[in-house]
Amino acid sequence: MAASNRTVLQFSSSSSSSQSLSAKVHPLVIFNICDCYVRRPDQAERVIGTLLGSVLPDGTVDIRNSYAVPHNESVDQVALDIEYHHNMLLSHQKVNQKEIIVGWYSTGLGVTGGSALIHEFYSREVPNPIHLTVDTGFTTGGSIIKAYVSNNLSLGDRQIAAQFQEIPLDLRMVEAERVGYDTLKATTVDKIPSDLEGMEASMEHLLALIDDIYKYVDDVVEGRVAPDNKIGKFISDAVGSLPKLPPSDFDKLVNDSLQDHLLMLYLSSITRTQLSLAEKLNTAAQIL
Amino acid sequence: MATTTTTRSFLQAVATEEVATPLRVVQMEGLVILKIIKHCKDHSPSLVTGQLLGLDVGSVLEVTNCFPFPMREDDEEIEADGANYQLEMMRCLREVNVDNNTVGWYQSTLLGSYQTVELIETFMNYQENIRRCVCIIYDPSRADQGVLALKALKLSDSFMELYRSNNFTGEKLREKNLSWVDIFEEIPIKVSNSALISAFMTELEPDTPVTQCDYDRLQLSTSSLMERNMEFLIECMDDLSLEQQKFQFHYRSLSRQQAQQQAWLQKRRAENMSRRAAGEEPLPEEDPANPIFKPLPEPSRLESFLITNQISNYCNQINGVAGQSFNRLYLMKALHEE
Repeated sequence: MAASNRTVLQFSSSSSSSQSLSAKVHPLVIFNICDCYVRRPDQAERVIGTLLGSVLPDGTVDIRNSYAVPHNESVDQVALDIEYHHNMLLSHQKVNQKEIIVGWYSTGLGVTGGSALIHEFYSREVPNPIHLTVDTGFTTGGSIIKAYVSNNLSLGDRQIAAQFQEIPLDLRMVEAERVGYDTLKATTVDKIPSDLEGMEASMEHLLALIDDIYKYVDDVVEGRVAPDNKIGKFISDAVGSLPKLPPSDFDKLVNDSLQDHLLMLYLSSITRTQLSLAEKLNTAAQIL
Repeated sequence: MATTTTTRSFLQAVATEEVATPLRVVQMEGLVILKIIKHCKDHSPSLVTGQLLGLDVGSVLEVTNCFPFPMREDDEEIEADGANYQLEMMRCLREVNVDNNTVGWYQSTLLGSYQTVELIETFMNYQENIRRCVCIIYDPSRADQGVLALKALKLSDSFMELYRSNNFTGEKLREKNLSWVDIFEEIPIKVSNSALISAFMTELEPDTPVTQCDYDRLQLSTSSLMERNMEFLIECMDDLSLEQQKFQFHYRSLSRQQAQQQAWLQKRRAENMSRRAAGEEPLPEEDPANPIFKPLPEPSRLESFLITNQISNYCNQINGVAGQSFNRLYLMKALHEE
């Protein structure tokens, strides 16, 4: 790619005019970027790569996958391995055709001069690509992952600068919650939690929450904490969502389902006994 | 003097290296877990597979990356395409410094119904090229319950030996003391993350005390899962009884054959007796040409072993789900009484 000495204007989302575009990130993307950054070549300052995903019906860009693209960078020049990018794209689309290019990522803080060129390349691949920056150095205490879209500022026929506009980014990663942050945030986890251990953890969470509410309500009643109508409404909604059942009906429901499950347990135990018995007989009863 | 000791220690080192340490732990990166889950979930309920890349370090098998395979097609042309895809992907990943060493494969499953002959065959194929490999099994259907249903499996050595000789008769099995429990070995999974990822996740973890995982786990209705589990169990039972019938049939024909042999032998002896009385040479008491002396092939027990494994797996799952449901029911009861 050609040399770049273009001006880049960077806006944060607070200074923006109303923009309906927003993005959502799958945790896999962040894991992938971090892994690529850890494995980057010696002399490389940053890694860049392609983001794959789809645009949801409501206009949100759903970033679901990514891959790194090797590149070379000098002071005012950026060279991207375009062939690699296309090969990888083809391979990815063989697995999942629904995922298309939605933009590109780069590690480091904010947008730099070279970014405008790469962005230009990606805008030829897809209209209005997203630029995701991941600050692997944690240089600021604040948000470390940002998403931008770009416009060209031109005066007459002359392009003056590429304007990068930050867009809201949804980092609440349901997929990561499903796996459990406990598993993902530690450097080593000796064992994947089993069914019952997970259950125990969840119940502890629930009990802790109930205790919190108890404490809050008690505090309010005794005048230690100023009452907050909003919280009160939430609590009353939560209490109200419990179905009102006569105790006898409720007992019947619980007992019925308990018995159903017990029966299943009994059945499965019988089956297992039967299996071990059958195995002994099958291998022993050979002598005729 | 010093040189001799060093050479000796070298020799010793070479000698000790020959003895492979058994595989104790599979260490997976969080990245791999997420990749597997995403691939399996995107294509659920159809079953998908992919390749695991990583390093083999002593008794630990590190899985550091993976890539998905495209959906399997029967067309031969596409199959060749698949091989190309695999090579291309490996080449591309090597370029960005990903460990370029196959350590096994992963596949998704439906309610743990993975114990099939195909799995064993795939395993043997992999085993030919890679000394140490694992199969990671992920069950997307159980993820709705808030369970991370990942399993690392390998075939036990004694089973592989037997499978190579393809001899699954009752006698051989008794000799090797191999039962259905010994076909698959489950290897404990350890999860590791780079410090960078750990930092990111700690930073990004939301402050909300309740996560999606908790919602999933505390969901009260499990009946559909139970029902399907039961359905599968019943199907397996039918299969098992079919297998049993095969054996019964075999035993019946075996005893019939033995009765025939006995009858033939008696006839021959009586004949010999009369021949001897007449001063003639007695006929041999064995006749290999006679079809009744041909040994009947014993049906392979592999299939019934696998089905038994399957059944016990379903039983375990039923136990697990029932255990969780008990917890939930008692919790709900307690909440209601409060």
